[in-house]
Amino acid sequence: MHPAYSVIFFTTASGAGYGLLVLLGIGAPLKLLPTDRWFGLSGLVLALGLITFGLLASTYHLGHPERAWRAMSQWRSSWLSREGVAALATYVPAGLFFIGWVFLDRTDGFWGLMGVLSAVGGFVTVWCTGKIYATLKAIPRWNNGWTVPIYQLLSLASGALLASLLAALFGGAGLTWPLGIALIAGFASWASKAAYWSYIDKQQPRATIESATGLGRFGQVSLIEPPHTEPNYLQKEMGFQVARKHSLKLRRLAHLVGFAVPLALAIVAVYAVPALALLAAAAAMAAGLLVERWLFFAEARHTQSLYYGEKAV
Amino acid sequence: MTSLPKTPPAKRLGLVIDLDTCVGCHACAVNCKEWNTGGYPAPLSDPDPYGAAPEGVWLNRIHGFEATPESGDGRTVHFPKSCLHCQDAPCVTVCPTGASYKREEDGIVLVREDLCIGCKLCSWACPYGAREYDGMTGVMKKCTLCIDRIYNDNLDEVDRVPACVSTCPASARHFGDFNDPDSNVSRLTAEREGMDLMPELGCQPTNKYLPPRPRRTESATAELPTAEGGFLGWVDKLLSR
Repeated sequence: MHPAYSVIFFTTASGAGYGLLVLLGIGAPLKLLPTDRWFGLSGLVLALGLITFGLLASTYHLGHPERAWRAMSQWRSSWLSREGVAALATYVPAGLFFIGWVFLDRTDGFWGLMGVLSAVGGFVTVWCTGKIYATLKAIPRWNNGWTVPIYQLLSLASGALLASLLAALFGGAGLTWPLGIALIAGFASWASKAAYWSYIDKQQPRATIESATGLGRFGQVSLIEPPHTEPNYLQKEMGFQVARKHSLKLRRLAHLVGFAVPLALAIVAVYAVPALALLAAAAAMAAGLLVERWLFFAEARHTQSLYYGEKAV
Repeated sequence: MTSLPKTPPAKRLGLVIDLDTCVGCHACAVNCKEWNTGGYPAPLSDPDPYGAAPEGVWLNRIHGFEATPESGDGRTVHFPKSCLHCQDAPCVTVCPTGASYKREEDGIVLVREDLCIGCKLCSWACPYGAREYDGMTGVMKKCTLCIDRIYNDNLDEVDRVPACVSTCPASARHFGDFNDPDSNVSRLTAEREGMDLMPELGCQPTNKYLPPRPRRTESATAELPTAEGGFLGWVDKLLSR
């Protein structure tokens, strides 16, 4: 699948933003994070900024961005529509949570409840994002049980790392809880991603060129003549080849920069120089997750490429 | 509404494509493009049509496959492919705007272009590669089963079939209602064991493909006339001297 930059930035940036929102929405009412209003201001601006940047980026790959509002209408059947509804709905409790925390200096009672509701909204939105990919039967490398939990865990890991960084920058009070979550979610997502890669490498083909053409009864099938001389939309969008060539190197890079380095730095932060270590950890994870997300798209193969010469998908 | 029709459509219009008789002339693709670039999904854009790398939107494309058995001769098969108007169409249910829908009256899958935001998700959801995005108009294009021909009272009745069907010189494409057991498409499917493409994906495509018939072998082994006896024998003898 063609890795559109807008979708890569959207899923990584808003994933981290929603993860941070989940941490803030639960951590502040339960006093697991600093509750002073300046912490609230910087945390929520960062979370909502990443979310909004991501959502705006996602509209750049649309043919008609001015019609994007229409995507709210089909939540009964479409996970993309549900994602849009959940994303917009989350702004309501998140906005009230912001008002309560920053302007009124309160994270208890009603205002705390708004925090919890924004956390739920963030979780549900990322769930829907994962579901968009996980429900596409034509793309077996997405249509499996790993896609949704990995989206969720990576969102939580990157959001918790940002929450830890903020807590460290604000003097280190309330650092334990977000850092603990960052480490747990970080290791869990690393293990899941490693398991996912080994799973897709061993995955049995779902369809073959024989079943796609129905010609298997006559023997082994191969494409001898494409329908046209130039690559078409389908081949450019769904027959992306670049990453497959380098996928092993890129996976190693994602392991190193997206998981090993940031998690090692997060452990360093437990003992010394937390702000500096977590800043480096967040930067590394951001770079690593861009590689991971790029691979997620580029390594995925689509059954329609069976009509363009691929033997099995 | 991008939910699929709750009750199965009364009619189930679609195509039967005969892989035995298709000669691979691309006339169906050309007539499809000609009709539809001025019809319901107009235009089917061609950025740079006369340049070094012409490409564009086509709703019907003809692939060429070869099947090679372990022993004996292989088979070359021309393979036209257009939207299969699936009964369980994943391209419909993923649409976030309601642009993509399946008609309740005849099961045709269509795009309302004025609602389409060009997110391309439907083309990702289609296992068959039947939908093509038009970068110049920013919306998704697909086969309409020539909705503007088959119900068009301004055309002679004989022309009220999809453009690809009307133009096929080998009669390899047939149009009809699969819900009617006596229709041409139902009979052809039953007689010739019409098959679904990629049935394992579970989309229940409406269009059926007729597999190539088993090859005749007697012509290769039949006795050729020999020049023994009779007039030919006499000529043979005479000329062999």
